[in-house]
Amino acid sequence: MNHIVCIAYVPDTETKIKIGADGKSIDESDVKWIVSPYDEYALEEAIRAKETKGGTVTVVTFGPAKADVGLRECLARGADDAVRIAADGLAQVDSLGVARLLAAAIKPMSFDALWLGNKGAGTDAQTLVPMLAEMLDLPHINLVTKLEWKDGAVTCWREIEGAKEVVEAPLPALLAAQKGLNEPRYASLKGIMAAKKKTITVKTPADLGVDAASISGEKAAVRWTKLELPPGRQAVKLIPADDPAKAAEELLHLLRDEAKVL
Amino acid sequence: MSNILVFVEQRDGKVRKAALESLTLGRALAVKTGGTVAAVVAGSGISGLAGELAAYGAAKVFVADAPELALYSCEGYTAALDAAASAFSPSIVLVPGTMMGKDVAPRFAARRGVGLLSDVMTLEVENGRLVGTRPVYSGKARATVAADPAASLQIATPRPNVFQAAKADVPAAGEAVPLALSGLKIRAKVTKIEAAEGGEIDVAEADKIVSGGRGIKGPENWPILKALCHELGAALGASRAAVDAGWIDHSHQVGQTGKVVSPSLYVACGISGAIQHMAGMGSSKVIVAINKDPEAPMFKVATYGIVGDLFQIVPAMTEAAKRMKA
Repeated sequence: MNHIVCIAYVPDTETKIKIGADGKSIDESDVKWIVSPYDEYALEEAIRAKETKGGTVTVVTFGPAKADVGLRECLARGADDAVRIAADGLAQVDSLGVARLLAAAIKPMSFDALWLGNKGAGTDAQTLVPMLAEMLDLPHINLVTKLEWKDGAVTCWREIEGAKEVVEAPLPALLAAQKGLNEPRYASLKGIMAAKKKTITVKTPADLGVDAASISGEKAAVRWTKLELPPGRQAVKLIPADDPAKAAEELLHLLRDEAKVL
Repeated sequence: MSNILVFVEQRDGKVRKAALESLTLGRALAVKTGGTVAAVVAGSGISGLAGELAAYGAAKVFVADAPELALYSCEGYTAALDAAASAFSPSIVLVPGTMMGKDVAPRFAARRGVGLLSDVMTLEVENGRLVGTRPVYSGKARATVAADPAASLQIATPRPNVFQAAKADVPAAGEAVPLALSGLKIRAKVTKIEAAEGGEIDVAEADKIVSGGRGIKGPENWPILKALCHELGAALGASRAAVDAGWIDHSHQVGQTGKVVSPSLYVACGISGAIQHMAGMGSSKVIVAINKDPEAPMFKVATYGIVGDLFQIVPAMTEAAKRMKA
């Protein structure tokens, strides 16, 4: 079984977000970058399938040169090779544009399962998975928390509101990982050494036949026109807790009569 | 810009509240665009829904009613939306930002080659294009996003539980229009639905959330929070610490790598307030912090706070809520 895993190299989830000078993107100066956590679940599942059933794992990303660090980490965990679609010098590209680039890169490749995280930690749009599936004419299953491989097919448990949907799809299919699917491994020392010898192929949008100018900045299908920090909140009203029953009573009355949420 | 098409999510013949919120929002946008609002619904044995949707302002209701649409499939329901869009030629399509909507809308957008304003908390028409705001970086920042004004179709998924659902003063016609989907290709098929125990309310849709963190000390103590949930009609949430400790399923997790929520009331019990968690619930209307540690960062965002032992305070709140109802 051959797997392709698309990853995003994103700001660490513990990073404090600062607004950039342009007022519509983040200030990247002190940001630590990581492989998006959801993509780690996807990669782990692909590597596990390779270990039990054989085959290869190829990692693909759309990002600037620094994303090679993230790809190298995926190679160290057990992926075989990597492709980076160069984003260097490009203004913001929205999900539709990223899907076009990934689809162009993946179309000529042969695979049984195409993997993504269910969302990129950061933009949090959750739009890339169905868009890419549509462009590649693949069935897709989003928010996968458990799966079983069948002969030429896969059964997945997909998270929905208050329940799980059991979904079956023939392969090849696009599968999107959700937290809970597995516990991703760390790279071993041996893996890190081996990764140094593996190849990262860099392709430009032009190599893939995509006009980058037509999908980025002012030409993106969706543009971020402003980025701001959430509004500040008022100072807390503390309720004395000497008598828990009295404190609880007072709180409930405030919620009903002052805040009007009960 | 004129006509507006709203995708209506139903499960088991019941229209979801988020769909009524999108219909209500569609009606408000239609006042500005001067167009009419139509709804599209897919399922099996659902032709009776048109009346309810008319009450919320749908002049037309496109109905894709077929046995193979009884359970959700992205390919089937996207085909229904696509067929309705072809028949109605809307300039705006709204799809509620539920798990189903966030699966259908991007697939439809890609089919039409247009972008999608995902998960918006506000949505306006400005100079002929849709402009919205949405949380990014799990709520640590807020982006204003705008559609391409030149696009033939502009699509948005409004975040559930943010917009009001209200009936129209005068019901619309609600003319039912059957959709025949020819050559339906469904490859990813739902074979069954495994409901969570006890029909719990999901945190993503809840208007009130009572949430527990490391301070609850172990899974044996969830009943203390569940009792309060029951009295308040709230969903049970959890911090990453509680989920990673294996005390509760990830579907309850609030914050980064969990769900970003914005209920009217969020009660944080024994949650100190890691940056990832605060990002995920920071836009809640009213926040209550209950924590032993007066230095807990949660008190910095809370509306009301009690510095004390949650094992005493939370049961007392449950009792107080019972008395209030009596």
